[in-house]
Amino acid sequence: MALSFLTLTRGRGRFDLADWLTWAYLVLALLLMFGPVLWVAMSSFKTEAALQEYPPTFLPLAPQTATVEGYDEPLQLFRVTAGEHEGKVLAQIRRVGLMSQMVDPADPSQKFQVNINDRVPEREFALATENYSVLFERFNFGLYFWNSVFITVVATIITVLFNSMAAFALSKYKFRGRTLVFVLIVATLMIPPTVNLVPIYLVVSQIGLVNSPWGVIWPAVATPTGVFLLRQYMLTIPDDLLDAARMDHASEWKVYWRIVLPLSAPALAVLVIFSVMWRWNEFLWPLIVLNRSEQFTLQLALNSFQGDLQTSWAPLLAMTVLTLLPITLVFAVLQKYITTGIAQSGVK
Amino acid sequence: MAIVELEKLVKDYGKVRAIHGVDLRIEDGEFCVFVGPSGCGKSTLLRMIAGLEEISGGELRIDGQRVNEQRASERGLAMVFQTYALYPHMTVRQNLAFGLENIKTPKDEIARRVAEAARMLQIEAYLDRRPKQLSGGQRQRVAIGRAVVREPRVFLFDEPLSNLDAELRVTMRGEIAGLHHRLGNTMIYVTHDQVEAMTMADKIVVLRDGRIEQVGSPLALYNEPRNSFVAGFIGSPRMNFLDAVVEAVNERSVVARDASGARFEASVDGAGLEEGAAVSVGVRPEHVTFGREGGKPGTVQTIEQLGGNSYLHCVAEDGALLAAHLPGQTAIRRGDAVNVVFRPDFTHLFRKSDGMAQKRLVVGEAV
Repeated sequence: MALSFLTLTRGRGRFDLADWLTWAYLVLALLLMFGPVLWVAMSSFKTEAALQEYPPTFLPLAPQTATVEGYDEPLQLFRVTAGEHEGKVLAQIRRVGLMSQMVDPADPSQKFQVNINDRVPEREFALATENYSVLFERFNFGLYFWNSVFITVVATIITVLFNSMAAFALSKYKFRGRTLVFVLIVATLMIPPTVNLVPIYLVVSQIGLVNSPWGVIWPAVATPTGVFLLRQYMLTIPDDLLDAARMDHASEWKVYWRIVLPLSAPALAVLVIFSVMWRWNEFLWPLIVLNRSEQFTLQLALNSFQGDLQTSWAPLLAMTVLTLLPITLVFAVLQKYITTGIAQSGVK
Repeated sequence: MAIVELEKLVKDYGKVRAIHGVDLRIEDGEFCVFVGPSGCGKSTLLRMIAGLEEISGGELRIDGQRVNEQRASERGLAMVFQTYALYPHMTVRQNLAFGLENIKTPKDEIARRVAEAARMLQIEAYLDRRPKQLSGGQRQRVAIGRAVVREPRVFLFDEPLSNLDAELRVTMRGEIAGLHHRLGNTMIYVTHDQVEAMTMADKIVVLRDGRIEQVGSPLALYNEPRNSFVAGFIGSPRMNFLDAVVEAVNERSVVARDASGARFEASVDGAGLEEGAAVSVGVRPEHVTFGREGGKPGTVQTIEQLGGNSYLHCVAEDGALLAAHLPGQTAIRRGDAVNVVFRPDFTHLFRKSDGMAQKRLVVGEAV
């Protein structure tokens, strides 16, 4: 079924111009979107040396080595490209200036002198998994991961709870100034976040939340986008349902908890995805609030790999890949709600 | 079991008054129907009783106790909505149990009552389905079931049958009436359909523009409508009205003459009427007869032959439209000239000034 869908054409039975353009556009978009991600994933399996190589290779390749009789260390293999030994695969013993002393692995008694420009390293496909293991052994990845998960999960739960309660009141209760309150909430979207940075920091530091995950969580939980999204969706829930629940002895809290919240599931899913993405990818605010490395989130830890003098690219890339994974999973699970949720909360 | 009393009940929406001081007493176990054209305030009145609309003035008492300030959830009433308002994310069983769970009824008691209601309404087979998977009639039963399990003091129905097709409506009408006989609870039922009101009610309350026009049993309203509005609203097809002036008043009847010169005699009390007063002569289509003389001449415009009944629509020479309802089938044809005769005992007379009816001296079909 997927295949028959993919091979659908606008022209009857053959590709016409529209089909070519569509395919070209989609393939280009696919490359633009996934190319960098794939590049990062591939590079994360390269050794530090392979990363420095120019021109870069797409696949993670490592120099091939061979253990040769009479030498303690494994020797790197090269293919000779010119001169009298052209075509042979030899192991390098040592390099002296522009010449390299080499040995035939098959016959260790024979030694050769080869110009270093006349040989290329033999390489094989190899995953440098130590990039990943080093994260856990030396960089305390587990701690940063936990910090990020804690902030993301707790902030998302509180965001959904607070925003849905606000949306419930704004969509289902009639009170003086309801529209004004709603407009004020939405109007905060017009204030650039950078303007708020200093005042919020002052508040957070006065409360004593600097260097605490709560200093990241609390300022972020009230989102105008979430209130707007949920309110628009809740407007479509018939009032009769709420009245029926009231006739069924339900308290206002129960009406919210048992009727309105479950029925808003599609919109809640959208907000959950947004909130998880926002909190997981957030960088600037945690950078300001969290100064001690044991409180760092993954994004801050990634940043700390980048030193003034040198950057350890291999673990940085590995951590980037691990940072991408959870959000991809959340998105994959909830993505079917996004279109329905947005479509239903937008119009109507 | 409950007596519902409304005393000068008022509802204001901002500066607009929707309900103008309604007084009403609904007896214990009575089936009371609020009827009226759309926008007359009947649903608002019901929602005020339910507690879903705030009461702006007056007093609402259930069993003698003032409940104005009680929330809907505290009044112990149950309501069936026009849209059914079943919780779409719950199964039928959960829908029925929701209200009982909220008042912390023991689990086995909930199960017992749900099973009993499901059996009574024949919805046992769908208990584990979602409302979306049910037909209109099944949803209607579930909505009623949700009210029944609660064993409420008063049942409230807000146009529950208006979303059903004609055939199902007749069936459900019978079932609701049957439910009332079995349970014996006080029921308040809102409808704009006067047939539903006539067939089900012990007491009909006719409303117009937030005021009660008349309260009474179905036949009392049919036989002795208090004014021309009630007379026109109750009965189908609508009562025929002709403008006329009073010609003579005596002890047993009043004679009126319309602009075309046709004379009508009505067996009504002539009190307050003087010669020359403007009146409306009203006769129900089922009381119209055709005769040789003494009536209003006209032509038959359309005939609806239903087999058991025939409906004739005639145009008088002066343009007045008159409907007639004849039992059985008729030989009269379209275009035939007829002489429409109103019998005095079945003729109503309404004052033009305020629309009020003159008291009928001979009442009832039996005469």
